[in-house]
Amino acid sequence: MSARIAYIASNTFREAVRDRVLYNLIAFALLMSGAAILVGQVSFGIERLVVVNLGLSAVSLFGIVIAIFIGIGLVSKEIEKRTLYTVLSRPVQRWEFIVGKFFGLAGTLAVNTFLMAIGVFAALLYVSRQFHGTDGWIAVALYFSILQFLMMTALALFFSSFASPLMAAVFAFALFVIGNFSEDLRGFAAMTHGLQRWLATGAAYLLPNFSALNIITSVAHEQPVSSSLIFYNTIYALVYTAMVMAAGVLIFQRRNLK
Amino acid sequence: MTRTKLVTISAGFILVACMCASILLLNRVDQLRPQATLEEVLYLPSPKVLRRMSLGYDGLLADIYWTRAVQYFGGHHAVGAMHFQLLAPLLNIATQLDPHLVVAYDFGANFLSPPPPNGAGQPQEAVRLTNFGIENNPNEWLLYYNLGFIYYMELKNYAGAADAFSRGSQIPGAHPFMRILAAQMAEHAGEIETARMLWTATYQNSKDKNIRANAAAHLRALRVDDDVAHLETLVDEFRERTGRIPSSFAELQIPGLNGGTPVDPLGNPYKLTPYGHIEVQHPDDFPFIVNGAPPGYIPPKVPKFLPSD
Repeated sequence: MSARIAYIASNTFREAVRDRVLYNLIAFALLMSGAAILVGQVSFGIERLVVVNLGLSAVSLFGIVIAIFIGIGLVSKEIEKRTLYTVLSRPVQRWEFIVGKFFGLAGTLAVNTFLMAIGVFAALLYVSRQFHGTDGWIAVALYFSILQFLMMTALALFFSSFASPLMAAVFAFALFVIGNFSEDLRGFAAMTHGLQRWLATGAAYLLPNFSALNIITSVAHEQPVSSSLIFYNTIYALVYTAMVMAAGVLIFQRRNLK
Repeated sequence: MTRTKLVTISAGFILVACMCASILLLNRVDQLRPQATLEEVLYLPSPKVLRRMSLGYDGLLADIYWTRAVQYFGGHHAVGAMHFQLLAPLLNIATQLDPHLVVAYDFGANFLSPPPPNGAGQPQEAVRLTNFGIENNPNEWLLYYNLGFIYYMELKNYAGAADAFSRGSQIPGAHPFMRILAAQMAEHAGEIETARMLWTATYQNSKDKNIRANAAAHLRALRVDDDVAHLETLVDEFRERTGRIPSSFAELQIPGLNGGTPVDPLGNPYKLTPYGHIEVQHPDDFPFIVNGAPPGYIPPKVPKFLPSD
């Protein structure tokens, strides 16, 4: 990573912190402590399940929301404030700007997730009194959440490279929803024939697959995650992120900023 | 006072006043529409639609639906309700959203199968729920135990119970009593001793205080049924021998009591009526007895469990 990308990334991180993005941790802490204390009183036998399900779902949802709503503003805000022109008048390539922005937001999300993970494990310790070997799979689920955030950040940046913030948010959120149905989409594609089948299958594979990265329910039941799933999910998320980033860079390179 | 300060104080006052007023008003609306929130808002009939709407967070949604099922049952049970229409659908949704939510099958079957007011009186729904649980969690021997229990206690289907216990006994790690229960079903189905064994197993294997209290109450009731049947046999024998009804327990010469009065499981003496029947002093303490309640006795809507259970 060039020094310029690192500089843009660190500035993006600082800006996110200044924008009080990490304030979501307060809501998360309240949610986790509330769940850990109250669930035993309102339900039966699911204290641990709720802490894991609620904790991981909240980490995922908070992260997705941050990735979308901060991601869509990364480029447009710079154009609006006209700071982009200052940056690009220096020896900074457009692609370096986009990639730096991506790493800045990805870093913010990683730090955010790490702090939330501490909260999840603290709540788990509170309800279970001790850690078990299978609790390690929760860390894998958190890792998969970070992979989701990388894909979502790339998509938000991609849309923000050519669309208005509102439209970019709509597109990114729609893709998040569709990405959770990707397995169904492939199933529907398999039901068609001929050219439609090729087109439908192609479209289904082009859309992000978020459902494969969501293992919250299975780790809540202490089910193990295979190392091959970890490996292939990692490669898939990185390849997909790189693909979307490349598309974003291609569009941003050709965008008329005047 | 500056204009800004005046606005701040006024706005603050309006905020607090409106917040209090809205809480009071909501409270009043809730009183006018009892249970409306739970019944109208939380009940969505299709688990498939809910699963789609959950966007992959189906585990969390299942936990929420299970909690609603617990709240629904608890709320209705506490007031002695006789109808639990939403219980089965809520359990169905919770388990379809998360088929590995074993706790929902375990407790859910206990909520569904007993007759009202102790449960929903839907043993067939309990069987369906438990079978779905077994389908998705074939290694949970406790689910086979629950299935056998429902077949035995509620449906009197002894062959079904024997089959469930037998299948459960083959699961690695299953409690050894599963094998005994399977054999017991085949040979002694319908006997009090078998029922006692089942309730004892439930008491020993449940960690939930409500289920343990229920099991303990059933065990006490079985002992009362046993005692009353035994004492009334002694009374009948005495009548055949002497041609009259005994005036006290002392006349019965009960072995081991040395002329004393037999007592119920809570230590209260049994009553011998002038007609030769045996009754407990406080029938409310034994909500599940078949024998020993006074004629015309109407049990309370909500069964009484003892704090010591």
